[in-house]
Amino acid sequence: MSTETGATLTVQQYLRRYEENDLLRFLTCGSVDDGKSTLIGRLLLDTGRIYQDHMRSLEADSRIHGTQGGELDLALLVDGLKSEREQGITIDVAWRYFATAKRSFIIADCPGHEQFTRNMATGASHCQLAISLIDARHGVTTQTRRHAFISSLLGIRHVVAAVNKMDLVGFSESRFRAIEREFQEYCGKLGIPDPVSVPISARDGDNVVRRSERIPWYSGNSIIDLLESVPVDRHSADAPFRMCVQGSVRPTPDFRGFFGTVASGSIKPGDRIRVLPSGRETRLRRIASPSGDLPIVVAPAAALLLFEDEIDCARGDVIAGVGSDPHLLQRFTADLVWMQETPLVQGTQWLLRLGTKSTTCTVRRVLWESSVDTLEHLPAGSLNLNAIGRVEIESEEMLALDDYDACRPLGALVLVDKLTNATAAAGMVRLASAHSEAHWDTESSATLQARESLVSPGQRQARFAQKPATVLICGRPGAGKTAIAAALERMLFDRGHAAVVLDGQALRRTISRDLGFGAQARSENLRRAMDLALLLNEQGLIVIASMVAPQREARRRSRELLGTHHFVLVSVDGGRDDDSVDPTGFEPPSDAEITVPCGTRAADAAQKVIDLLRARGLLH
Amino acid sequence: MTSTLTHLDELEAEAIHIFRETAASFQRPVLMYSIGKDSGVLLHLAMKAFWPAKPPFPLLHVDTTWKFKEMIAFRDRKVRELGLDLIIHVNEEGLRAGVSPITHGSKIHTDVMKTQGLRQALDKHGFDAAIGGARRDEEKSRAKERVFSFRDANHRWEPRTQRPELWNLFNTRLRPGESMRVFPLSNWTELDVWLYTHRHGLEVVPLYFAKERPVVERDGSLILVDDDRLPLREGETPQMRSVRLRTLGCYPLSGAIESQARTLPEVIEELLIARTSERQGRLIDHDVTGSMEEKKREGYF
Repeated sequence: MSTETGATLTVQQYLRRYEENDLLRFLTCGSVDDGKSTLIGRLLLDTGRIYQDHMRSLEADSRIHGTQGGELDLALLVDGLKSEREQGITIDVAWRYFATAKRSFIIADCPGHEQFTRNMATGASHCQLAISLIDARHGVTTQTRRHAFISSLLGIRHVVAAVNKMDLVGFSESRFRAIEREFQEYCGKLGIPDPVSVPISARDGDNVVRRSERIPWYSGNSIIDLLESVPVDRHSADAPFRMCVQGSVRPTPDFRGFFGTVASGSIKPGDRIRVLPSGRETRLRRIASPSGDLPIVVAPAAALLLFEDEIDCARGDVIAGVGSDPHLLQRFTADLVWMQETPLVQGTQWLLRLGTKSTTCTVRRVLWESSVDTLEHLPAGSLNLNAIGRVEIESEEMLALDDYDACRPLGALVLVDKLTNATAAAGMVRLASAHSEAHWDTESSATLQARESLVSPGQRQARFAQKPATVLICGRPGAGKTAIAAALERMLFDRGHAAVVLDGQALRRTISRDLGFGAQARSENLRRAMDLALLLNEQGLIVIASMVAPQREARRRSRELLGTHHFVLVSVDGGRDDDSVDPTGFEPPSDAEITVPCGTRAADAAQKVIDLLRARGLLH
Repeated sequence: MTSTLTHLDELEAEAIHIFRETAASFQRPVLMYSIGKDSGVLLHLAMKAFWPAKPPFPLLHVDTTWKFKEMIAFRDRKVRELGLDLIIHVNEEGLRAGVSPITHGSKIHTDVMKTQGLRQALDKHGFDAAIGGARRDEEKSRAKERVFSFRDANHRWEPRTQRPELWNLFNTRLRPGESMRVFPLSNWTELDVWLYTHRHGLEVVPLYFAKERPVVERDGSLILVDDDRLPLREGETPQMRSVRLRTLGCYPLSGAIESQARTLPEVIEELLIARTSERQGRLIDHDVTGSMEEKKREGYF
């Protein structure tokens, strides 16, 4: 059997090879006259994808509708609907398919004028590579800059400029190099790494599939070389595990499976997992399949998972690997591509789809509109059709999500018009990466000034009969921290002291609601609570913080921040019984002033704290 | 470590995702089972998507009464083996009016028995999502088709009302009376369907393999004389020739090709060498230029 490379394969070899092909989805964008359709036609023709009957109808069509003076017009291979063909325009993303012996390809063919932004965003959402057509006579245009911008917005890392119609500029190297430089500079501004430019003639096939003899000064890759060699790198098994639950199946009482498509990473039986937004944890028991259980499942495979424990889980939930949790948020920012005629107005409600979750949301604010041409952020109160802007969204329900660039499936959303059911917008979640970092060492601005109070520390001490202190009650979930905090608050209050409670769950609902449950986020959660405790201590109050505070290092930093003399660490044993490793990664303290054994009465534990505070001279 | 998924694995995962979304998003989905190789892959994926449970929807076959005998036998056996519900719908009005491909030509026959028949069946059972095996690479007008293709209350397809589809976030919202056509194999090519069939050892109707069969040559196509309803024209005598079919439909409308390919690898080999696209064998597309587009607007797949 002969292939485009001229090699001869038996059909069995051929089957094996094509069955092992991986898949690259790429988009092509360009203006009507840049030769985009011709390039695609050329790719299909030269890789042997045009069937004989298509070829015959192409020859006939070329004589009637062709723009090449009756010669073969490759663009007609791909221009679809009758009305379009007659008007010579294309109005929607069209999908094309071809394969070589190395790889299978899906092309999202994005038209370049009417509805351009919407179409290109749609195409780009599926792709890992973008080919931007540039007419060598016109060079980099506004249109080219838009292509690059939207590619970067949708997270495409591989961008190729196909500098077409080189024959019309006499195959001039200097012309090509100038375009290449300009394109590279612009992509650099957008943070697109290593953009590639290729000089081609789509009409004649130079450097598309066949290397050109007419462009001897170019030693780089042809278009097909690039397409075959670019790494398909989006699915790393080491990435954090995520699966959006599509549904469940329970054919028998002892088989309860949750199915969905693995959005990121991989999972094995025995791995610890968490269901979000509930936060419930368990381990993976089985990965079931009709051909037997699987040892591992990797994105983007469809999976059927069985848990160790019967915990609640349903469509719309996210299953995540413990230790690399997504964010749990109700309010977040996103870039929107507005896709419907009716403009976006601040404060309006939409149906939001993210992962397999559907809920109602409100677009609270339009922060800015991005100029596709200059990359500037323009002040805006609304977004019109095809506009791109940063907005603040508030969801009715808690959502498990990721930054779009970190994990596409958990950072991509669409907004649906509740009245018309039209898809109104596509969105990319943008979370400031600073959110997930712990800020123990972050310096505040040097220009900030300390507040002066008219009440002196001595006067506060006299009024409250106390010196300030922070009691951090730490322990696993369910250990009984909250009860001890409540008892302590009551006893201090009854004795005329002034104490406030910072409850871990209340903090998660308020000042830390932007945080997830990863190690960094847990550390930052404690940092915020302790900074708050410091503010309250400065005003003479006793702070009772009841938090999991699982990390030894973060607790050490807390003590350092508040001062050893004013800091009391209470460690509560026990808690949600997990046979081996605690899912919060709880590290039992060795430096606790008070350790409360499991089953101790809350009042007895509180009394121990009071005795210690007295002994330190903090209570009068 | 990066993913080891091949393109077939990826296409499979995508199709299963679409099946599961459909089951979760609609009141009453149905799987359009038309017995051919694409339907075979579709059915296999539906079984896999909901395993160990059965697919939560019935199968529907819109029978024009002119299908090959072997197709009907294959259909009935398959459904019995898998233990699935099959709804067979025939446009009785059309039948009473005596509509047939022979007397009325392919255009009217297809419109009445297939297009109208499908609409009747969807209305009768109140299906709001009809899952089909259409692929985008089949024909130019399908290149822009959505995975979830919206139909108004009259089952009409309008290019301008189709919704943009980003990532794998599908807008499945409907108002009463509206419906969706769902195409899990949108991104598969003809070759992918054959490769998948081969790799997973899926069974197909034997008509796909070459065998000595009685045929007549008519308007440049080889028509199988499947039963005695095909009136022979003057000078036509059925001849035994080694032929196979590339697409299965109504037998008087399905052109066979001469072939020696008796196994799946041989069929694939011929496919790669012949380079004749499969729809060529379907006479219905040759009526008018852009005919597929017109049929789609009227509600045919």
